Amino acid sequence: MKNPALIFLGAFLINNIVLMRFLGLCPFFGVSTAVETATGMGMAVIFVMTLASWITWIVFNVILLPLNLVFLRTAVFILTIASLVQLVEMFLKKYYRTLYNAMGIYLPLITTNCAILGITFLNIDNKFNFLNATVFAIGTGIGFMVVMITFAAIRERLDLAPINPSLKGYPISFIAAGLMALAFLGFSGLFGLM
Amino acid sequence: MKRRNLFTRGLVKENAVLVLMIGLCPALAVSGTVRDAFGMGLAATFVLLFSNVMISIMRKKIPNEVRIPVFILIISTFVTIIDYVMQAFQPDLYRALGIFVPLIVVNCMILGRAEAFAYKNSVIDSILDGLGVGLGFTLALTVMGAIREILGNGTFLGMAILGEGFKESPVIFMILPPGAFLVIGVLKALINKYVKKETQ
Repeated sequence: MKNPALIFLGAFLINNIVLMRFLGLCPFFGVSTAVETATGMGMAVIFVMTLASWITWIVFNVILLPLNLVFLRTAVFILTIASLVQLVEMFLKKYYRTLYNAMGIYLPLITTNCAILGITFLNIDNKFNFLNATVFAIGTGIGFMVVMITFAAIRERLDLAPINPSLKGYPISFIAAGLMALAFLGFSGLFGLM
Repeated sequence: MKRRNLFTRGLVKENAVLVLMIGLCPALAVSGTVRDAFGMGLAATFVLLFSNVMISIMRKKIPNEVRIPVFILIISTFVTIIDYVMQAFQPDLYRALGIFVPLIVVNCMILGRAEAFAYKNSVIDSILDGLGVGLGFTLALTVMGAIREILGNGTFLGMAILGEGFKESPVIFMILPPGAFLVIGVLKALINKYVKKETQ
């Protein structure tokens, strides 16, 4: 699986980060209450995920691997991502005000988002080169955003539906997400990808 | 608060996964079988216990302004330890859990206990709190793992308990990702119906 186009499709549809890999569930259930917030969060995730993949790929292959410090991976990656998010937030606030207004409030939430850290680990575990790591991160981010927006739309409808009180809120959201996951299961095997 | 309550609070009443709804990613991802769920629970309990102890010991030395990065460093140290220990002694389990072992570092349950409890309380209390919350997490994962493994594979810890006939055509849906969402949704609904009303 070295073709960038296949890696993109695999990350976007077949191994969807939320529904198949179970990463980034906190923002998925926490921020998906309205379509606008879901879009802002999705954009922020695509942006940070791509940047984080670049930085951690460089840190791992240029610093940790030659110096035999692979065991520091977990600590170094989480600290790199935390400082990266801080830096991006300050930079956007100063130079790109509109972009900051669109996704600024979601940036701090992303630091402890397991989706970002998970993707940087998967880049290393899959031994992706720089191009493939970029494609993988963008595909995963878009997959996250699409599922987020769809789920937000479903939840807006669910708020109006007459539901048994014990199912209201989290339980029905989980079940709806399960049905979405079942639909996404249909993509597996597409183009021979698992 | 009585010491005993510190332990039982995290175990049942404020169960991280089923009541507070935190630490969901590993709970849904690795609860396909009882073995994976139990192993994941114990690994997280180890990290939570030792990071609680360490942060509680050092709570007077950690400056308030940089406490979060310090917490993350302490947690990631213990995550790296359990990562390598599992890789050496439980290679099959380690392979099944995959990236969810290093991802214990971003489990909000662990950082949450560091911030809300260990940074403000004595070592003994932090041990009890860490054990309670950690074992509560293990319990929730194991319950989910048991439901999914029994229905999805007809086995419990690998032993066929629903008979060979069931094992030939189980509800495969349950061990696939959608089953995880369904099981936790139904469990949460049952908790809402039978447990919440009593406490209110």
